[in-house]
Amino acid sequence: MTDHATDTSPADRGYLTDKGFRSWALTLDHKRIGVLYLFTTLFFFLVGGVIALLMRLELLTPGPSLMNDHTYNVLFTLHGAIMIFLFIIPGIPSGLGNFFIPLLIGARDVAFPRLNLLSYWVFIGGIVVILASLVSPMDTGWTFYTPYSAKTGAAVATLSFGIFLVGMSSILTGLNFIVTTHRLRAPGLTWMRLPLFIWGMYATSIIQVLATPVVGITFLLLAAERLFGVGFFDPAKGGDPLLFQHFFWFYSHPVVYVMILPAMGIISEVIPVFSRKAIFGYRAIAYSSLAIAFIGFLVWGHHMFVSGMSPVAGVIFSFLTFFVAVPTGVKVFNWIATLYRGSITFESPMLYALTFIFLFIIGGLTGPFLGALATNVHLHDTYFVVAHFHYTMMGGTVMGLFAGLHYWFPKMTGRMLNETVAKLAWAVTFVGFNATFFVMFIMGYHGMPRRYAEYLPKYHADNVFATAGSWILAVGVAIMFANFVWGMLRGEKAGANPWRGLTLEWQTPSPPPTENFEEIPTVTDWPYGYGKKVVCR
Amino acid sequence: MNTLALFPDQAARSTGEVDAVFLFIVAVGLFFFFLTQGFLIYFAIRYRRRRGEPEEETPQITENGILEFIWVVIPSLLVLAIFVVGWWGYRDMVRPIPGAMEINVTARQWLWEFTYPDGRKVINELRIPVGKPVKLTMTSTDVLHGFFIPDYRLKQDILPGRYTHLWLQPEKTGTFVIFCSQYCGTGHSAMMANLVVVPPDDFARWQKGPAEGAGGESLAHRGEELVEKSGCLACHSLDGSRKVGPTFKGVFGHQVELEGGSSVVADENYLKESIVEPNAKIVKGYPPVMPTFKGTLSDDDIAAIIAYLKTLK
Repeated sequence: MTDHATDTSPADRGYLTDKGFRSWALTLDHKRIGVLYLFTTLFFFLVGGVIALLMRLELLTPGPSLMNDHTYNVLFTLHGAIMIFLFIIPGIPSGLGNFFIPLLIGARDVAFPRLNLLSYWVFIGGIVVILASLVSPMDTGWTFYTPYSAKTGAAVATLSFGIFLVGMSSILTGLNFIVTTHRLRAPGLTWMRLPLFIWGMYATSIIQVLATPVVGITFLLLAAERLFGVGFFDPAKGGDPLLFQHFFWFYSHPVVYVMILPAMGIISEVIPVFSRKAIFGYRAIAYSSLAIAFIGFLVWGHHMFVSGMSPVAGVIFSFLTFFVAVPTGVKVFNWIATLYRGSITFESPMLYALTFIFLFIIGGLTGPFLGALATNVHLHDTYFVVAHFHYTMMGGTVMGLFAGLHYWFPKMTGRMLNETVAKLAWAVTFVGFNATFFVMFIMGYHGMPRRYAEYLPKYHADNVFATAGSWILAVGVAIMFANFVWGMLRGEKAGANPWRGLTLEWQTPSPPPTENFEEIPTVTDWPYGYGKKVVCR
Repeated sequence: MNTLALFPDQAARSTGEVDAVFLFIVAVGLFFFFLTQGFLIYFAIRYRRRRGEPEEETPQITENGILEFIWVVIPSLLVLAIFVVGWWGYRDMVRPIPGAMEINVTARQWLWEFTYPDGRKVINELRIPVGKPVKLTMTSTDVLHGFFIPDYRLKQDILPGRYTHLWLQPEKTGTFVIFCSQYCGTGHSAMMANLVVVPPDDFARWQKGPAEGAGGESLAHRGEELVEKSGCLACHSLDGSRKVGPTFKGVFGHQVELEGGSSVVADENYLKESIVEPNAKIVKGYPPVMPTFKGTLSDDDIAAIIAYLKTLK
């Protein structure tokens, strides 16, 4: 966050004015805490990405080449655990959410600034514990399935305690956001005038508060089993391994909506601004976030169709699963309808937002193959699943995060990114992403199981293709991050409202002052009033 | 065989059906794909604003109840259809086939052991006759495993401490790969076996040949010896008469009334539980006095006893 530009007077640096370690480490400013979260989570995105590149490199040949099977197993565990727990879950909510929720609702800070700082340091504490588990690195997969996780020599108890802390931080943040949304909205900002990012974050926070304790308890039970020999999950001690899976997915399924809902919120902000068009179906988009959050709690069993769970339960979970598709589809249809008769420009935030929709449609449409019982039995635990969740999570959430980062970069730093470089990075990332992951659908239908360090030669060509794609993807992301660094140091001055948005964060200087607004604004209209009012029947 | 073919080999019952379900979802998916991406791309191009062009004022269209209704109802009906089709296909995959040859599968880190009714054990090769149904009764000695034959579109996780099942109906001779699909530790990706499907005559000849594995004694026969040796017959009769405990005669596959009013079908899992944890479920009208045989009888022993109980019709 150093500033080399001589033409900037300190007064323009808003919340970034104070320098030094203490001013960051002990800050109560939600914006600074948001920036801390963003730096931390993006760092782990890069770490997880480098691990993924190593895995793809190993898979360039069917047999072992770069590493032995155990090392590969450790890498896919670390890739999953880091990306899920240290990047994608906290990334948008705690990073962009912290920074922008108060700004978007016209508040000076979150409801509990000290709790907010505590969340961050609990998160860091969790990371330290997780790093400590590397003395004997985990090889169980990020899913921790028992009895393997109860038997392996790896530091399962340490890692699960680390994730317990990270989860606690997540609960605190969720609580903070719920209270903030209820109590600190600017005068006149009624629920039906809330920006849709706030609706997405609100639904997310509810899931975090309700679901995270379950996984926390599950990891405590697992630790008790490993450390004290209590038989919760080990059948040799009278436990039940399926119980673990039920607990685990009761949390980890709703949590995929913690990952995707905030990204959907970002898309709902970006699309209207760059098409100069009122959002279409505001209420449908807002309520569908709540519907997704609610239905998301009832479908965890679709991860367990072949686990040995009763087939009747399988049928019920399959039935319920399909109804998550409906509110999700509603959002996509409304975004596309928003473009109709717009005046659309393709700056980098819009490119990423449209890419989100494009890739998320593919991710979404490959879901029913896994929700339908007959095809699930064949596709379960194959690369088809890997492809599906990378299309929803990376093609969806991460593209949404990229859209948000490009969209709000000027607000956060006061500077613009280089638009040409941003577009180049987008093009390379888009090509690389599809080259890496689309072929995995094909591998999967042909039966290549996931989590395989070695594979049969018949899958060789597909794997070479995916590995080549991963390098293109890496180049794209590298260009993007270089642009972030360049923009932070040398970018053109942004001005308060470079995209001419109507939400409240654009009505204050970039970067915003510590108290966000000189005077708390009074809201008289919803934030999507672009264009000319027409009588709509 | 390579992945350029549309589907893997269709080598057993219901593979065609699974592929048909797959194609149905592909059809629905492609419809929505072209519909949504088509509009997305068309609108993006049609309504783009070129550099330097003045911003046109856009109409503030905010809502349309009819459209919202349509795109809730039509997708709901289509996903319902996908659910039903997937359910039907699944029902056919898991439906028991009468008269199936029973083979026990024991998965352990990191190999497969197949035990035939005659006691023959084979490691990492499952040899079955074409056209004849097979019932696999599977358990694990350590962690979770998964039994997966891509060319059969069949998969089932395998758990320690309980039995899971699969019914195979092979329709083609040849050698097919069996993967372990549930991550099980360091050797996971090397845990493969061959499914060798041969003509019935070849299978009969192979069965008469010298046993490769241990045993040579039929599984049910070994079970009979264990039942006598372990003292089971002191309390359980073989002829249907009532002793301290319920009779063994015809117990397998029958509905058992339990204390407390519930009832349960006496399948492999129930019988195993009754041996290692006798007090978990008490048969109505009998005292809870049976000792546990956990540690006394191995998993192999219990599998043999269950095989024997199945013969007591």
